[in-house]
Amino acid sequence: MGTGKIVKVAGPLIVAEGIEDARMFEVAKVSENELIGEIIELHGDQAYIQVYEDTSGLGPGEKVVTTGQSLSIDLGPGLLQSIYDGIQRPLNTIYEKVGHYITKGVNVPGLDREKRWEFKPEEGLKEGQEIEAGDFLGKVQETKLMIHKIMVPPDIKKGKLKKAPEKGSYTIEEVIAEIETENGIKEVRMVHNWPVRTPRPIKRKLVPDKPLVTGQRVIDSLFPIAKGGTATIPGPFGAGKTVVQHQLAKWSNADIIVYIGCGERGNEMTDVLQEFPELIDPASGQPLMERTVLIANTSNMPVAAREASVYTGITIAEYFRDMGYSVAVLADSTSRWAEAMREMSGRLEEMPGEEGYPAYLPSRIADFYERAGRTICLGSDGRKGSLSVVGAVSPPGGDLSDPVVQATLKVVKVFWALEDQLAFERHFPAIGWLSSYSLYHNNLTDYFRDEIDKDWEKLRTAVMSLLQKESELKELVRLVGLDSLSDNDRMVLETSKSIREDFLHQSAFDPEDEYTKLSKQYRMLKAIMNLHLLCEKAIERNIPLEKLLELPVRQKIARMRHIKEDKLEEFDVMDQEMNSQIEEHSANSMFSDS
Amino acid sequence: MVTEYTTINEIAGPLVLLNNVKHATYEELVEVELPNGEQRRGKVLEVDHDKVLIQLFEGTRGVDVKETKVRFLGKGLELSVSPDILGRIFNGLGTPIDDGPKIIPEKRLDINGIPINPYARVYPEEFIQTGISAIDGLNTLVRGQKLPIFSGFGLPHSELAAQIARQATVPGSESSFAIVFAAMGITFEEANYFIRDFQETGAMERVVLFINLANDPTVERIATPRAALTAAEYLAFERGMHVLVIMTDMTNYCEALREVSVARKEIPGRRGYPGYLYTDLATIYERAGLLKGEKEGEVLEGSITQIPILSMPDDDKTHPIPDLTGYITEGQIILDRNLHHKGIYPPIDVLPSLSRLRDKGIGEGRTREDHSEVANQLFSSYARSKEVEELAVVLGEAALTDTDKAFMAFGKSFEAKFVKQALDENRTIEETLGIGWELLKSIPETEIKRIKDEYIEKYLPRKERENKEKSDDSSSL
Repeated sequence: MGTGKIVKVAGPLIVAEGIEDARMFEVAKVSENELIGEIIELHGDQAYIQVYEDTSGLGPGEKVVTTGQSLSIDLGPGLLQSIYDGIQRPLNTIYEKVGHYITKGVNVPGLDREKRWEFKPEEGLKEGQEIEAGDFLGKVQETKLMIHKIMVPPDIKKGKLKKAPEKGSYTIEEVIAEIETENGIKEVRMVHNWPVRTPRPIKRKLVPDKPLVTGQRVIDSLFPIAKGGTATIPGPFGAGKTVVQHQLAKWSNADIIVYIGCGERGNEMTDVLQEFPELIDPASGQPLMERTVLIANTSNMPVAAREASVYTGITIAEYFRDMGYSVAVLADSTSRWAEAMREMSGRLEEMPGEEGYPAYLPSRIADFYERAGRTICLGSDGRKGSLSVVGAVSPPGGDLSDPVVQATLKVVKVFWALEDQLAFERHFPAIGWLSSYSLYHNNLTDYFRDEIDKDWEKLRTAVMSLLQKESELKELVRLVGLDSLSDNDRMVLETSKSIREDFLHQSAFDPEDEYTKLSKQYRMLKAIMNLHLLCEKAIERNIPLEKLLELPVRQKIARMRHIKEDKLEEFDVMDQEMNSQIEEHSANSMFSDS
Repeated sequence: MVTEYTTINEIAGPLVLLNNVKHATYEELVEVELPNGEQRRGKVLEVDHDKVLIQLFEGTRGVDVKETKVRFLGKGLELSVSPDILGRIFNGLGTPIDDGPKIIPEKRLDINGIPINPYARVYPEEFIQTGISAIDGLNTLVRGQKLPIFSGFGLPHSELAAQIARQATVPGSESSFAIVFAAMGITFEEANYFIRDFQETGAMERVVLFINLANDPTVERIATPRAALTAAEYLAFERGMHVLVIMTDMTNYCEALREVSVARKEIPGRRGYPGYLYTDLATIYERAGLLKGEKEGEVLEGSITQIPILSMPDDDKTHPIPDLTGYITEGQIILDRNLHHKGIYPPIDVLPSLSRLRDKGIGEGRTREDHSEVANQLFSSYARSKEVEELAVVLGEAALTDTDKAFMAFGKSFEAKFVKQALDENRTIEETLGIGWELLKSIPETEIKRIKDEYIEKYLPRKERENKEKSDDSSSL
């Protein structure tokens, strides 16, 4: 701890002089109001501090006290269902304390210190036994949906259990166990502190092999993301980034969702806050909010805290991953995080790189996404956890050459390209099928083959090549008109249109349509492609194209999104109808030929 | 304890650098007295040891190094508010400029405001009927939304904004909107158009105007929207009024910001605008919405709905100002020059326009059950008609299929009947949806994919359709 005095104030950056032993990334409390800041540069005895709150009213001479700690957050029971600002101050507590507006210098702890939790110790723990970081000490039923595991914190590497935990109700700060280590006896509480800029340790990384099922057809079927994978979703404003992120938060089959609203609209966070407690998780019947943690640093909140918010979010996610859960982090939008970096960099008068962004932008982005992965967690049981990250990017004018997009594409494995034109046609999700990609197909082939159907991969490839062909044919039509196409090519256009309109288009506002299980997705695609194959054969048998375009079953395909998940046998009926309707025509045409 | 300094060291553009200052703070308000006795105001941009950088709102003309006095006032720029501000005209800094009496302040509020806690917000979902089909039907405005108009030079954005101000109501609610109008760098004539319109319709007594015209000091524009929103926040959240804030033209605001940034020799972002433009605009646009009431589940009486207007330089939507605005606001209404040339008012290009809050503000109990699906169908059909139009340019109309021709005709009548309306035409939402259904009759029913069968049965009577097909007249379109 040291004390110094402010000598300079420029926006969110202040310079303080005279602090003894100031360290990089140490947290400092600024002025009488104790505004929280972080040291980001040192020159002699001058410390450059980014302040996480509004700095108006600060001037030279006011005092600065360092805390000796890095920017860190509380980890323990009480995280779920919370809404935090960028430095883990609960916004609901701030609201209760100071009302509608976030005034300066509100100091509230990240987790409730008074609340008592019912703690159950892990079975078979004996005093004197060897124990290591990550081992379970017990658990707390945090919400009806989620069990919160209490682990030996990572900084106690190895030791002997001196005092075993006992059943009972504890606050998070009460000592539940004692561990004898080389450096003396350590007390373990349910809460521990972790610096957000340091990734939490793991044993090792594994290759992701299961999909993060999202219920969004274009994602799951064409461009899937793996559990423990990374994806990015860049697009111009109005293309639907946030809606896709919300859909993922609602429907993806992760155990825990951490949603980071980084520099985005206040109302969007309100929307999540109002909607999620009412949405019921289909698997457990409990509100989705019970597995969700929200980080909200909206665009009008101080810019430095925005920079910290993504780290706060991913640290919480890592903590739950360490318990062996699959966790998904949804960050909307990483561009605002990058811009916050740029703003601080400008105030520090650093030499700018591309578009004014600091030269270390790509490495910061890479560091962030590398915290994702499927891992063997700390602990002697070798349990596995996964952390998936989906980051939205908001490039200026939707231009993908933007440095943030480019730096992100270098490290992520899935790219969902949002397209303006699709959004104008209100084709949502506006994920372009020709420019998007997923590099997880190979990892996931086994899963889809075993769990869904053996020809999943073949079906997906066939669909993709049809869509590719469509774009080529459309070019041609633009030059020479539809009439000059062969019947086969006309059929390609027709089927592609059906894929686009009846499968890829999915309404986020229609309760029947907003989530589709993998098995139904497969049946839907299969129906479209079956019809296509039957029609191709029919064309060979000289059945007129017009007849094939008017098949009544096409109407059914157009409405198949409304088929209930538990009535998939309706697809069998549809398949039969296709056959019989085409046979009818073929009989007729044979008749007319003779 | 007000100390007076005469230690100005440097003057550049709107900025003044002072030496040997004690106790200045960031964002503090200063008063500058010129040698001729004139008083101006400014704020502290940066304090470095004893050097202070000040931005003067009314410019630096006439300021000298020797005699000009600077006083630090120990607070930020404040606006005096009371219910009497209604019906009054202020300059960009919040000083009355009409001939009315002095405002006796009920309180003084810092114009920078304080960020609203997202936890304290209530999601806006109350439909506002503007009487304009392209907005109500397709890009619906709701109470507490921020929905900008992206326009270009010479397009009728002022007319549109004034029409919205005149006609906006919440169906089933008695209270009419109070209007806070902020003019930034627009011409006298443009400002006068609004003032006359407010006077003629008798709205003046519920209007507050903040006027900074094109020939007023540029830097004052940086304070103007903040002063206006402070007034709006007071009226909305302390007086329980529903406030509509019209701000025009945000482009001029951003240019003022750039001017200061360049004078400070900051590293520029895109097109010379400062890197913090997004954050700065957010501190304006985010001052809209609804707040929670005293008890759980209640809404605090009062709301702020924002309609900022900005002109896109060279009609370019990717220019930093519209681009960053679009990322903050909840949608955008885009005006199109081609439609304007075709004589269509309002020339709203519905396809790139968007209201993000639409889907929760419409439907059964708010507007009508079929609203969302009709809107989506109109969007996709109109988009299709545009595609067909392009095709027709290359191949000629003769090469089009019958379906394509139907879509092309639909597109034309959509513009002429749905989008186009008179300056004083105030359509109810039922009328708007009615026109929509009328237009959908002209396309084959198999192509109506976005609407549920039951609504088609209910709102698009089959008999009528069949009759129409027989008579085959396009004149009724």
